[in-house]
Amino acid sequence: MSVPSVIACHECDLLQRETSLPPGGKACCRRCGAVLYRNKPDSSDRTLALMLGAAVLFVLANLNPVVGLETTGNRSSTTLFGTVRVLHEQDMTSVAVLVFATTILMPALEIGAMLYMLLPLKLGWVPNGLPAMFRLVRTVRPWGMVEVFMLGTLVSLAKLSHIAAVLPGVALWSFGALMFVLAAAAASFEARDFWAQVEAIRHGRQNRDAVTGVTEAVR
Amino acid sequence: MIAVTAAEEGLMVCHTCGLLSAPSATDHHPVCPRCGAGLHMRKPDSINRAWAYLIAAAILFIPANVLPVMVTGAIFGTQSDTIMSGVVYLWTSGSWPLAAIIFIASIMVPGSKLLALFFLLVSAQRRSTWKPLERTKLYRVVELVGRWSMVDIYVAAILTALVQFQALATIKAGPGAIAFGAVVVLTMFAAECFDPRLIWDPLLRRADG
Repeated sequence: MSVPSVIACHECDLLQRETSLPPGGKACCRRCGAVLYRNKPDSSDRTLALMLGAAVLFVLANLNPVVGLETTGNRSSTTLFGTVRVLHEQDMTSVAVLVFATTILMPALEIGAMLYMLLPLKLGWVPNGLPAMFRLVRTVRPWGMVEVFMLGTLVSLAKLSHIAAVLPGVALWSFGALMFVLAAAAASFEARDFWAQVEAIRHGRQNRDAVTGVTEAVR
Repeated sequence: MIAVTAAEEGLMVCHTCGLLSAPSATDHHPVCPRCGAGLHMRKPDSINRAWAYLIAAAILFIPANVLPVMVTGAIFGTQSDTIMSGVVYLWTSGSWPLAAIIFIASIMVPGSKLLALFFLLVSAQRRSTWKPLERTKLYRVVELVGRWSMVDIYVAAILTALVQFQALATIKAGPGAIAFGAVVVLTMFAAECFDPRLIWDPLLRRADG
């Protein structure tokens, strides 16, 4: 049983009434100031578009070398997964797992799960297991650290530029772009609108079923 | 201000999707009717679990700073760098912006995060009513900045993968990197376990009483 129009702050548990917001506005808890919800026009559409872009960038960022290095006669370059492999080979498996999880696995799960939910919704149906996917996204999100990895890469480039010629790879630019696209997607996603959309589609189907049920009964 | 919380009304807000619902009192493991996540009045064992993670992180913070995070092998022998010696080297070699980034991300952020969580846990456990708004803001900052400590892990990882010129120089990640990664992960778990609503709960009881 849900209680409409009254919401509780997720940070301090204060009960308060919902109010309608102008486009772009946000509602904050009047006690602790936490953002309760926002009025984002077209939030699901924008998030979907950004997530599609993120998927392309993510593939580019993983297939290409991040950085290359050139000293007299020696060349080396590494992809993200190459980094994970070298760490593993040096018996630094726990660090390898950490790097793999935070830069490859978690972002991939987030992008995949978001697309799994948003694409069907856009087409007007609710995919199987949508609640589980939503929970997955919430669990995974804090562990995707693309932006931190980006800073780490820049720091290593700066460190190495003293010793050798540094060649930024395609993946470096892709990661840079991915960082902004993921941030924009997170900023445009609004869980409240998302669930309203899910509910509307489910209700629409129920009503339609009810109507067909009636006509069949009449026959 | 007469504040009423969801808990006082027997309502529960879902941690995952934010839906407010009224589970029946007989239901021992209520789940959110919308997204299916488990519902709790407050995160279960919030304080105890956060303490466990925090203490483990504080212990590992020592090897993270004492053991080398990076071992550089060159023709003239090997050199081990801890986080701090890396910062000092960067500073003395003139790369002070890099030194500042690494110092802030790897020493200041995790150190102050440990202290902030310690303070939040002690004050919540003592049911303090002191400046709840500021403490909530502190919690938000802790959640936001913790991830940036991973920078040093990524630097070590990339340098390890790139600098593999067998004869000239090789870089390996040192055992300090494992401890340091563990500190970051454990403090993130600690922050996640902590329930910020515990900061506000004592306030209400006092107003009522």
